[in-house]
Amino acid sequence: MSYVVQRLLTFPLILLGVSILVFVAIRLVPGDAITAMLGTEAGLLTPVQREALAAYFGIDQPIWAQYLRWLTGLFQGDLGISSIYGKPVLTVILERFPLTLQLSLMSMVIALSVGVPLGVLAASRNERPSDLVVRVLAMLGQSTPNFVVGILIIYVLSVFFGFVPAMGTFTPLFADPLASIAQLIFPAITLGFAFAASVTRISRSAMLDVLSDDYVRTARSKGATPMSVIWHHALPNALIPVVTLSGVEFGYLLGGAVIVEQIFALPGLGRLVLDAITQRDYALVQGTVLFIAFNFLVVNLLVDLAYVALDPRIRIGRR
Amino acid sequence: MGKMLSSLFRHPSGRIGLVIIGFYLLAAILGTLGLTPHDPLKLFAIDRLKAPSGTYWFGTDLLGRDAFSRLMVGIRQSMLIAFASVAIATIAGTIIGLVSAWWGGLWDGIFMRVMDVLLAFPAILLALLIIAIVGPGTMTSVAAIAIVYTPIFARVVRGPALSLKQRDFVDAARTFGSSQGYVLTRHLLLNLVAPLAVQVTLALAWALLTEAGLSFLGLGTQPPTPSLGLMLAESRNLMTHAPWLMIFPAVTIMLGILGFNLTGDALRDILDPRTQRREA
Repeated sequence: MSYVVQRLLTFPLILLGVSILVFVAIRLVPGDAITAMLGTEAGLLTPVQREALAAYFGIDQPIWAQYLRWLTGLFQGDLGISSIYGKPVLTVILERFPLTLQLSLMSMVIALSVGVPLGVLAASRNERPSDLVVRVLAMLGQSTPNFVVGILIIYVLSVFFGFVPAMGTFTPLFADPLASIAQLIFPAITLGFAFAASVTRISRSAMLDVLSDDYVRTARSKGATPMSVIWHHALPNALIPVVTLSGVEFGYLLGGAVIVEQIFALPGLGRLVLDAITQRDYALVQGTVLFIAFNFLVVNLLVDLAYVALDPRIRIGRR
Repeated sequence: MGKMLSSLFRHPSGRIGLVIIGFYLLAAILGTLGLTPHDPLKLFAIDRLKAPSGTYWFGTDLLGRDAFSRLMVGIRQSMLIAFASVAIATIAGTIIGLVSAWWGGLWDGIFMRVMDVLLAFPAILLALLIIAIVGPGTMTSVAAIAIVYTPIFARVVRGPALSLKQRDFVDAARTFGSSQGYVLTRHLLLNLVAPLAVQVTLALAWALLTEAGLSFLGLGTQPPTPSLGLMLAESRNLMTHAPWLMIFPAVTIMLGILGFNLTGDALRDILDPRTQRREA
């Protein structure tokens, strides 16, 4: 069985596993949903009202029945109703998703446009001072957690420039592109920092691998200029691992940057998950976690397929 | 082990990494023994928000607690959680990976699909989900980080174990009548030490990062026990008045992760000659 077919067949299976895990995990949370939802006011409910609410949210049924009901709903695009927002879960998710998507894309653009040139530069000057500087910077970048970067950025901005990034509400890209990008630029730099460091490291080592290949030597001996060898002959092949790494990182970022969204007070997917968990909004936790895992799986699948397309050796099933 | 340490010490980034780790272990031990300059929990009410000085090396916080002593105990907390969680993940992941590779078939299918399901969650999300169920705390952080990294170790072990299983010396050992347990530990596990050592070191760096992140969100170590992430989070509202409260925890977190990353990279260089000088 070819690798691609195998990947496509296990995909729904893993997704089903994820949905069961999420569903069961949420049911293990101590405390009941109605008390969590209404807080102290839950004490004022009569038993009849309590039952009516439980029936409304479907939490009066046995667990397998709840799961089946939820699963059939999923196929109809119905993820249930969020108890915090009083709106369908899917609506809430789709309200928050554009910010996370835009933030992820911006971070990736930053990471690639900084990381690839730096990696190529370092590889082409292997073991010379500029290579060492890039390597040290990349190592430092990879070891700095994004919340440290975020806090340092806020500190520098506020103390030296008297500037506080716009927080709270998000300006959608289509409403005001400039304001929207400006609002997300610092969070994107924060997220892109370690990402750029990984891209630098992987493009450097991939480039070094490729530069020692025979066909590069052939190109050199034919008299191709060093620039042309690097950019035309070596780089396209060296980019394969970069594509894989960026894809996986992008998948992570789509899951919402919980900590960075928290620091910059951005209403994205990460904050939504955190709020849903701390306020015990069962339906919302299930929906968002499943949505994130789904995105993550899809992106990983696409990365694998892209990898197969870029490197024909795997297509036959040799891995 | 001694040989590995000495070749690590000859590697430039390995040396720096080991020195950093050494300092952190020292701070953690002194912190555990209570040999801090001040009591990390004691409130020096008249010395609130003091800048670094001879008495308070890294200054004091809003409640007048000594930042240096708190950092030492914070390092102990981070190291404890990182080492405990990575130890659990390594043992669990190795067992799962070995069992899957050795017996194959149904067990392999079941174990690896479960690992795939766990890997379908971004790490922090899975950790948050576990914290939501059990409630935040030191033990929860250990469990959450351990569960997040178990599938990674299972994969790291399974691949090489599968190819080792096909090797002649394993066949020979089985033909000679060595017990299954002996072959598994002596011939498979011993040959997996190299890839595992690299993975363990890098996982320690990630565990430090995750622990700091969780406690930054207030979902890790609970106050009044000092933790690096929480100290950084608390410094946010005071950064203009007391930047030292932010700088020192930030640098402490970063250096710790750097130490393990450098060591892990150096280990990979040493153990796998093919990648020598490739990875920065």
